[in-house]
Amino acid sequence: MNRIDRRFQALRRSGRKALIPYITAGDPHPERTVPMLHALVAAGADILELGVPFSDPMADGPVIQKACERALAQGMTLRRVLELVHEFRQTDSETPLVLMGYLNPIESFGYEAFVTAAAAAGVDGVLTVDLPPEEADELAAPLNAAGIAPIFLLAPTSSTARIRHTALLARGYLYYVSLKGVTGSAALNVAEVAAKLAEIRALTDLPLGVGFGINSPAAAAAVAAVADAVVVGSTLVSKMAERADAPDDMYRDVGEIIRAMRLAMDA
Amino acid sequence: MPNPVDFSQFPDHRGHFGRYGGRFVAETLMEALHELDDAWQACRNDPEFLAELDADLARYVGRPTPLYHAERWSRQLGGAQIYLKREDLNHTGAHKINNTVGQALLARRMGKTRLIAETGAGQHGVASATVAARLGMECVVYMGAEDIQRQALNVYRMRLLGATVQPVTSGSRTLKDALNEALRDWVTNVDDTFYMIGTVAGPHPYPLMVREFQAVIGREAREQMLADHGCLPDALVACVGGGSNAIGLFHPFLNDSSVAIYGVEAAGSGIASGRHAATLCAGRPGVLHGNRTYLLNDEHGQITETHSVSAGLDYPGVGPEHAWLKDIGRAHYVAVTDDEALRGFHDLTRTEGIIPALESSHALAYVTQLAPTLRPDQRIVVNLSGRGDKDIYTVAKLEGIQL
Repeated sequence: MNRIDRRFQALRRSGRKALIPYITAGDPHPERTVPMLHALVAAGADILELGVPFSDPMADGPVIQKACERALAQGMTLRRVLELVHEFRQTDSETPLVLMGYLNPIESFGYEAFVTAAAAAGVDGVLTVDLPPEEADELAAPLNAAGIAPIFLLAPTSSTARIRHTALLARGYLYYVSLKGVTGSAALNVAEVAAKLAEIRALTDLPLGVGFGINSPAAAAAVAAVADAVVVGSTLVSKMAERADAPDDMYRDVGEIIRAMRLAMDA
Repeated sequence: MPNPVDFSQFPDHRGHFGRYGGRFVAETLMEALHELDDAWQACRNDPEFLAELDADLARYVGRPTPLYHAERWSRQLGGAQIYLKREDLNHTGAHKINNTVGQALLARRMGKTRLIAETGAGQHGVASATVAARLGMECVVYMGAEDIQRQALNVYRMRLLGATVQPVTSGSRTLKDALNEALRDWVTNVDDTFYMIGTVAGPHPYPLMVREFQAVIGREAREQMLADHGCLPDALVACVGGGSNAIGLFHPFLNDSSVAIYGVEAAGSGIASGRHAATLCAGRPGVLHGNRTYLLNDEHGQITETHSVSAGLDYPGVGPEHAWLKDIGRAHYVAVTDDEALRGFHDLTRTEGIIPALESSHALAYVTQLAPTLRPDQRIVVNLSGRGDKDIYTVAKLEGIQL
């Protein structure tokens, strides 16, 4: 059982839902990433999603596209992301950490080499946005062997057959994309989400996280009422961009967003 | 070849050509791709759909296009006889419309009311806007902000046709970024929107579907060659950016092992300069835009910027079937520089009175190397994929002429 499973088990025992912030590694500067991760944990994050920047993030909206561009301009690479994870693990051996990104940097690294390096750095899960279950065997096998959870997306349009197939391959949690669109869109319909989650729950015991379009404490609380985890990304990344020149303000203000969501979710 | 392959059996039902192709997209697009695949599979053998398509190709596009014997140019090069497949004579001036006519019919059958497309040079954008106008459908064309600057004529043409040209300012602001943005639009508006990809790349079924729509080029060329000369050509030559005109010519000949096949990429300022778009000649396999194929990317897997004098070849990926044909050795891929392509442009213009597109000029440039190595009784078919009117500003500017 890896850190993700242990965390969901503990949350379930205490009757709470997971709060999962996303930030892009290396944005706005590689030196800010590890302190930001620690600040997120201090503010109440349960699991961390760390974005691996890619030149062509086709499932992301403008906020995360720009974050990728800024990070790449700072020379961020998958290898350096793993170094940041390793650094984070020096002072936090408990909080689960999931890498989220696109397949090509991993292909370029080599699947086996990547999995070995990710395990050594302390990665607990890998969500590859453009790797659907049909194509995933080659990467999922070494991930599973190393105890790293392959995490997959489900969408409002996913059929029953696809949900079943995906749930068989997935470990850790399933990430439900709450709307038709890209990250950072703002058209969340909680009733629709609840209906789809009920359908998914009938087919799997994996925890269900919901992301895309959650941008306020109220939205986080509403989603937490029907899901096991709430993923927040673009809202944090926008705030980080606003505060890029004042790191301490950035850690504090981004932490505040998480703290407010945590309070609303636990209320 | 040691083990003959039946090329008509590829891709497999999941869109794989060997290890290339496939469907590498976010879950949010998977159902849309299934819906498209189902609709396409239902249409591709439906006599009514095919009759409608054939009628449009004949009466709207102007097919069949001639296979023209470039006698004077052949004599000048002093080798094989050169035949031009005149895709430049299609409505809108390039092969792109073969595909958009087909996809638009499919979109209408699927009940979609909104067409979106990506474009680099603007040829696919114009071909998309054209069929949208004809069918009375809304059309949004994504185009890199850089390309909008470079291709003002085609931008205006699309707007005249009633399309919205949406500038893309992310990433390198070129074709690959336009493709990303079109995918983002599609995922957001999937209920009423049909995404017309302009080349044989993208997630399955696009590489197959676009190939089938473009294969009319090779089917006609094969029939014309057999009717006129009673034999197959010895070699085929076509330029390769994404690779749709090339696969359209090549595919009906793949099982004819006597026919040598050459795809010509853009070497830009020279492969050694790093400023090029020669994906198959200088790239390596990776995953981008929904398929596994050869890519131009750095050691960390980040996609790199490309360069070619021809905007239509300026793409860091290539259709997955070409990647496979390269690996198994059925087709050969070479690259010619901007300067060589420009010489090809002028050669054809002056000797045959045909102004070729800069994309097609890459194929012509390679013909000038290949033809003299063959005998005068041998025949080369080269795909003249588009006409060069759109490029005269680029050519004039390179020669210091202000129009």
